[in-house]
Amino acid sequence: MELLTLLQILDSTVRLATPLLLACLAGLYSERAGIFDIGLEGKMLAAAFLSGAVAYTSGSAWIGLFAGLGASLVLSTVHGVASITYRGNQLISGVAINFLAAGLTVVVAQSWFGQGGRTPQLVGDARFEPITLPFAEALREVPVIGPIYYELVSGHTSLVYIALLLVPLTWMLLYRTRFGLRLRAVGENPASVDTAGISVIGLRYISVIICGLLCGLAGVYLATALQAGFVKDMSAGRGFIALAALIFAKWRPWHALYACLLFGFLQAMALRPDVLESSLGFKVNGQLLDALPYILTVVILAGFVGKAIPPRAGGEPYVKER
Amino acid sequence: MKKFTTTLLACAAVLATSTASFADPAVIYDLGGKFDKSFNESAFNGAKRWKDETGGNFAEVELQSDAQREQAMRRFAQSGANPIVMAGFAFASALTEVAPDFPDTKFVIVDMVVDKPNVKSVVFNEHEGSYLVGMMAALASKTGTVSFVGGMDIPLIRKFACGYAQGAKAAKEGTKVISNMTGTTGAAWNDPVKGSELTVAQISQGSDVVFAAAGGTGLGVLQTAADKNILSIGVDANQNYLHSGKVLTSMLKRVDNAVYDAFKEGDSVKPGINAMGLENNGVGYALDEHNAKLVTAEMKAAVDAASTKISSGEIKVHNYMSDEKCPALEF
Repeated sequence: MELLTLLQILDSTVRLATPLLLACLAGLYSERAGIFDIGLEGKMLAAAFLSGAVAYTSGSAWIGLFAGLGASLVLSTVHGVASITYRGNQLISGVAINFLAAGLTVVVAQSWFGQGGRTPQLVGDARFEPITLPFAEALREVPVIGPIYYELVSGHTSLVYIALLLVPLTWMLLYRTRFGLRLRAVGENPASVDTAGISVIGLRYISVIICGLLCGLAGVYLATALQAGFVKDMSAGRGFIALAALIFAKWRPWHALYACLLFGFLQAMALRPDVLESSLGFKVNGQLLDALPYILTVVILAGFVGKAIPPRAGGEPYVKER
Repeated sequence: MKKFTTTLLACAAVLATSTASFADPAVIYDLGGKFDKSFNESAFNGAKRWKDETGGNFAEVELQSDAQREQAMRRFAQSGANPIVMAGFAFASALTEVAPDFPDTKFVIVDMVVDKPNVKSVVFNEHEGSYLVGMMAALASKTGTVSFVGGMDIPLIRKFACGYAQGAKAAKEGTKVISNMTGTTGAAWNDPVKGSELTVAQISQGSDVVFAAAGGTGLGVLQTAADKNILSIGVDANQNYLHSGKVLTSMLKRVDNAVYDAFKEGDSVKPGINAMGLENNGVGYALDEHNAKLVTAEMKAAVDAASTKISSGEIKVHNYMSDEKCPALEF
């Protein structure tokens, strides 16, 4: 495999891994605080739609970004109210959000734009354009490092860099701050947090809101950075792959990055059957690569390689003892 | 109660449109609506053309949900509308139920085959249209490599790809055709992100013209092609306007002609399967102000000559669905 081909595949990996990473970190905050969230997909979709629609109407990607975050935030608040305040089943609430988003986005898009459930194509400032990092052009001719810097590191949209920065930030927040300690504790043993005089409900709401914001970013990235507009069901199962990545990473931020990059890499490889065939020497079925993230997750879940232990209080509403 | 009222209103709406006059033709649009810039709008344009030319009236209804399919058909049939045209393969199961109940009414279904004595099924020879745009792709390509992005990997989409590859190779000896399918599930129709990445991957393999037959995924393909400054080819409806000056052409499925023909024939619609190909303007390529600069005179001459030869049977375009094999492309 040539260096350039490899770089192109890795470049594609970064683009494909970014929405997974954002959604995965979103799930991490929520699940670490004991709120299971299978509504990542729905929130992403809602954010993708509203950011696309508002970016088109306003002509500004940044206004679209805030609209997308808002849409995702509303849905995550619904999830919070259902599962924290009313102690409902978190899985059912998540499924409901997925259905709600899948239906609502298309219906609203249809009555808003009348184009068969999509938004018009975004042009100019309504999209996040790729950023060329400083010196990228100048260094381009330098052997090895030049192309790596130019093709792989530079030339992504701002949201990609934000997503990557969020990984160390999340690690810091979770493992080096008091807030992080409490957040993790609330997912393991909420009673002890409560005993310490800290609001379990408050902490869980904060984590659900952070989850909403990050999911929103993932959706915004899909509609206004990777693509130029919303198309029905455009999240195409990425919320679920992100969940798989979260389990694969055993709910840890750095591992989430690695898992998402691995899954993104598998997706990118599936797009290049020619490279696969020439480097392996036999034809590989693309569907197998698409299915690999799920297969790997099942292997991990089944305990063949290490063991994935979810936060102990996950999925259970907290009830004060009386 | 609310649901009931909505249903009642829907019934009333159907009734109001359908009782306009006796024995008028009727058209039922699929979900997505009359102005979807694609399939349904094309059907509407056909109906409108008939109205403008003949001065007749037609009844129409836009579905709001799947459950209304059968109801809309029955209402139209009971009010005496004839023929009743429905745009979309999704009507097939409902039509199979309804058609026997109204033996005197003629039904026309577009894009699907329903085998009933009073149903005309209109299908399109997509491979012929794809052949033409494949020729244009090969003639427009500077690298000698063209590519195809399909939606879900089903025989119908392979039929597109196969026709396209045959056309490309016929127009220019030795043209390389890269073909990728987006996926094997329904999500493959609506994954523009993956469509984009596939296009980028194909560009890095040398392609400079890409044909997308992939529904919503295709929008991502066209977008990326425009961003990366290569040419793209749209599908079904005329998508040239999406990126003016960057879309080489669009492979058209003339749903409007199917509707127009059915309306024109009136109640003497001939039941059975009607294949719409190049010879009866069922498929074709789009030429308008958005791509006028891209299509050269030689290109147009070559394609039009091939079109005539296909119509006359001189050139045989292999139909993938006939034997699930493609001579020009390996899947």
